[in-house]
Amino acid sequence: MTSGEKTPPPPQPAPAEPPGGRAAPPRSLGRTISRYALAAVTLGFLALFVGAIVAILVADLASRFFRVDVLAGLFGSPHVLAAMKLSGMTSGITLVLVAVFCVPIGYALSRYRFPGHAVVNTIIDLPIVMPPLAIGVSLLVLFASPPGRWIGDRMNSIGWDRNAAAGIVLCQFLLSVPFAIRASKSAFDAVDRRLEELALTLGCTRTRAFRTVALPMARGGILAGCVMAWARAVGLYGPLMVFVGCVRGKSEVLPNTIYLEVSTGGIEVALAATMVMIALAGAALVAIHGLASGRRWWGL
Amino acid sequence: MIDARAICLTAGTFRLTSVSLHVAPGEYFVLMGRTGSGKSLLVRCLCGLIDPTAGSVAIDGVDVTGLEPRERRVGYMPQDCGLFPHLDVRRNVTFSLRARGMGRRAATAAAAPVVEMLDIGRLLDRRVTSLSGGERQKVALARALAGRPKVLLLDEPVSALDEPTRRDVCAELLRVQRELRLATIHVCHSLAEARSVADRVGVMEAGTIHQTGTIADLTAEAATEAVERLVHPVRVNTPPAPPGDAR
Repeated sequence: MTSGEKTPPPPQPAPAEPPGGRAAPPRSLGRTISRYALAAVTLGFLALFVGAIVAILVADLASRFFRVDVLAGLFGSPHVLAAMKLSGMTSGITLVLVAVFCVPIGYALSRYRFPGHAVVNTIIDLPIVMPPLAIGVSLLVLFASPPGRWIGDRMNSIGWDRNAAAGIVLCQFLLSVPFAIRASKSAFDAVDRRLEELALTLGCTRTRAFRTVALPMARGGILAGCVMAWARAVGLYGPLMVFVGCVRGKSEVLPNTIYLEVSTGGIEVALAATMVMIALAGAALVAIHGLASGRRWWGL
Repeated sequence: MIDARAICLTAGTFRLTSVSLHVAPGEYFVLMGRTGSGKSLLVRCLCGLIDPTAGSVAIDGVDVTGLEPRERRVGYMPQDCGLFPHLDVRRNVTFSLRARGMGRRAATAAAAPVVEMLDIGRLLDRRVTSLSGGERQKVALARALAGRPKVLLLDEPVSALDEPTRRDVCAELLRVQRELRLATIHVCHSLAEARSVADRVGVMEAGTIHQTGTIADLTAEAATEAVERLVHPVRVNTPPAPPGDAR
């Protein structure tokens, strides 16, 4: 080979591909900015909201009105204890009633199409969107009407005083059961109805197919709905003040205690009762999340 | 055996029109047809999940028209297996026995032959959500068979599987069917799938059965264009050669 000859360039090896195949094209700057901007905005809103809730809780705990001795003293105060007892009893009865009503109603709305289905579906949601106080006023008007007075007399004759526990349960039930019905319907909607049909071919009656297939599969959603309804019942205040009134030792539940203490200057006691209610709400939330995620550690 | 005579029914805007079908004892019958031809509707009618507006259904010589599904003693396996996700494999397999009043231990013992036949003993304590496609089919088949049905109705039992698994499951279905000598209806779209299991096939189109016979019969002489389309899809879908094209 002479020096003047041009040597052909050696063949260039093809660029090596990464083990996973062809390399992804570089992400454009615009896409990257848009991705981070979206994350920043959404996380910003999240932080703002969570921060506000935490600030409220911290403000409660750091307040000069919050005293542990007052909180401990709550459990020695006869009228607060009576309010806690009444709250527990009425919300417990409400929870049982809610559970009894929400399962069949949720199942019927989910599985059957009947004349007026859409209307019934809407009416059930009304107590969710109506102002609670308006429901209290409506109940008051209803029980002042002749049919309502007749019902009230019958209730009184069997010892159910509508100005005490019976009235509280009625208010709590009306305002909380729609949440459980809605949750129950959604839970049944999520159960494939073909599985129930399959159970029929495997020897089940319709009742047994409901009990062994639909109900266990919807259980998490139903229980979460019941807990949500119970939380709503425990915290109910406005309609009770209008329909039942607030008499110490007779119709005083925990939210009423807070109102009464604030109105008589007992801010420390009100704050301590608030803490009890926050603890109850927190427990309810943990239960809802646990049940909705279907975890088994609840043993339910 | 299964004897359906002049079944008519309406589901929404779709209608089954005078469908008659006879499956002999121990026969493996494949019902073929395009999507929406009414195959699954007919199977659901035979199960008792939909009542016909006219016609009759007899199973093992007994008229079961109007009887509840649980009184028909059919083993039904739907397209997606329909395993109960809240129950483990054991409870799925013994479901029909428990539904008929057996205790847990008695049901497990009664299901043991089927469990052994399908070789799913190692799966019994697993959750159904952890099973592979082929295992799910076997468990669903075991559940359908555990109640000792008189006939077996399989609605597209292998349509969701890949080709090798489909072949395996079809072979397993045929083996079990031959062993138990159960009159079986198997719904599918594919001629290859039908060929692997069928004693006879029926072709359904637009809510009626166009032709029944062996695959050889249908291939030799298709009664209608719908049958021709299924047994000779290439011939039907190839456009006619232009005039003068000598190839």
